[in-house]
Amino acid sequence: MAEIKSVIGTQNKKGQTYTDTWKMMNEAPRTPSFFTGSEVIKEALRRASCDVMIAYPITPQSEAAALIGELFAEGYIGDYFRGESEFAVMSQCAGSAFGGARVFTTTAGPGTMRAMENFPMWAGARLPIQMIVTCRGINSPLSIQPDTLEIAYLLNTGMLVWHAETAQDFFDWILKGYMVSEEPDVHLPLALCCDGFFVTHTKDVVNLTPADMCLPPYDPYRSPVPCMDMECPPVRMMRDPFVMKSNYISYATHASWQQEIWAAVERSRKHSIHWLNGLIDTENTDADIVIVASGTAVSQGREAIRLLEDEGVRCGLVKVKTLRPWPEEEIREATKNAKHIFVPEFNVTGWLAKEIRATVPNHQRVHAGPHVCGGMTMPPEIIVSEIKTALGMKTFSLAGRGS
Amino acid sequence: MSDYRVLPGPEHFLPPAAASMGIRLPNPGEAHINGVITSEENAYEEAARQFLMAKVPTIFPGPLVLWAWNEKAAKKATAIRHLFNTLKECVQPGQKPMLIPMPDYRPKYPKINPEVEINPNHPNLTIWHNKIDCCIFVGVHCHQANLSLKIIRGGTSCYTIAMCAQAGHEDAMLSIRDTSVEKIMRLADTIKRLKGTVQPRQASA
Repeated sequence: MAEIKSVIGTQNKKGQTYTDTWKMMNEAPRTPSFFTGSEVIKEALRRASCDVMIAYPITPQSEAAALIGELFAEGYIGDYFRGESEFAVMSQCAGSAFGGARVFTTTAGPGTMRAMENFPMWAGARLPIQMIVTCRGINSPLSIQPDTLEIAYLLNTGMLVWHAETAQDFFDWILKGYMVSEEPDVHLPLALCCDGFFVTHTKDVVNLTPADMCLPPYDPYRSPVPCMDMECPPVRMMRDPFVMKSNYISYATHASWQQEIWAAVERSRKHSIHWLNGLIDTENTDADIVIVASGTAVSQGREAIRLLEDEGVRCGLVKVKTLRPWPEEEIREATKNAKHIFVPEFNVTGWLAKEIRATVPNHQRVHAGPHVCGGMTMPPEIIVSEIKTALGMKTFSLAGRGS
Repeated sequence: MSDYRVLPGPEHFLPPAAASMGIRLPNPGEAHINGVITSEENAYEEAARQFLMAKVPTIFPGPLVLWAWNEKAAKKATAIRHLFNTLKECVQPGQKPMLIPMPDYRPKYPKINPEVEINPNHPNLTIWHNKIDCCIFVGVHCHQANLSLKIIRGGTSCYTIAMCAQAGHEDAMLSIRDTSVEKIMRLADTIKRLKGTVQPRQASA
């Protein structure tokens, strides 16, 4: 196996120039474009030097998966095929990543749940696969509408989990995500989540990097585990499956293995801060009231803050960008002045509020809500109403018209 | 900065991963000792001192340098052999330098032969059997090195050093990152320079 040499400045078969990622993301000119979130996924992937994309239809990610098929037809993706099911897709992603490919897939809702067994396996095998999760309802009666409950299930898989607010986040984070998850001290899969439909099926202005620039290719020989290279001796180490047999020493090995996965999540903190300019964004956190949110709940929170300002109520905002690694210190610092912390969420259980309650001192300050779920929208007025009610201010019911 | 320090064990029934205790890896050009970031120069000096103090200083070369799978690997293997020869030349009577390979990562059942190899799934067996009180990992894939380093810290008093080709290892007591042939040779040179200035310790693992 010849050593992989730097390819920066050279061209791929499509004429794109392999570009230093920092320069591409931060210094290259950007072109404003009016795209849906699904189209943005395609445009990010066009620039991602992706080797393999594996698809399976499930709303609301099907459009993105189909659009990436067009990219394959145009020659931008090394290989592209449809799996037999979501479970098969994630297994096939693992196989591709084991073989040293940069891998991409998309899923949603029940598809995420069906494939769940694979995610701790990906993390344990240190496979830096990127999976887009366009969140939707997962329970019966089935709903294809936006709902972020599936994220709660991903939080303890050992994957990195990021939650995009906008299509612009999506474009940038797909490309930056590979830079974080492929670091040898991290080398973990990334679940890049968004709120289905709200992001995937609405159009927004997104500033794109030049289409003739692309990421440097993945170098599997920087992996912290042996790459399955059939021509190289280390592959012999993969010959026997790693099975925990029943004696003390193998339990200790498995324990150390699990710790190493979470140590890698911790190590991703430094790289995520570097690429995302911090794990959270903040506005006016000196206010008595702070909204902490992730995904499109941030956008609704921002609008609620504007409405509250009209009524003379000052309110701060914390946008949580990464759920794993969890920005514990950042959230503690950003909320240290807050008397009330509100956590609006698009799910029934309030998993983000639970995380924040476990993070901040005086957790009675945390108001878990408002919640909507099952595809309901979250009008900013209900956030305003929740805050005003907690402050003892007069507010009007938004639930009905009355008589 | 974390108050946790990565020190020789036995630390705990299940010691934590140092990263989870707030220990951060060094940036390029840096190293760490006990989890505290320091200069590479300090790290070479301390690694050499630990080797010269140890009763059984041991090099554990891993698959990345045991197999001549590319030109650089072959050159690193030659450098590691030079490091071992230097160590043998520099120790005093009563010290017993060893070179024990980690040829692969598969769990070996019912158990490994600790005379001839070390395995990341039960590295403590080799440490205990040979009474190794200072060791260096080089050419071991990062994931498997960290598995080993935590288990060694949990159950033995061995001082661990990791020369890593990538970002380094916070689970070792001392780690140098971006290891090249030159860096291995530099460690050998430092050992040579400190020869006779460090007294071997009397205790064993």
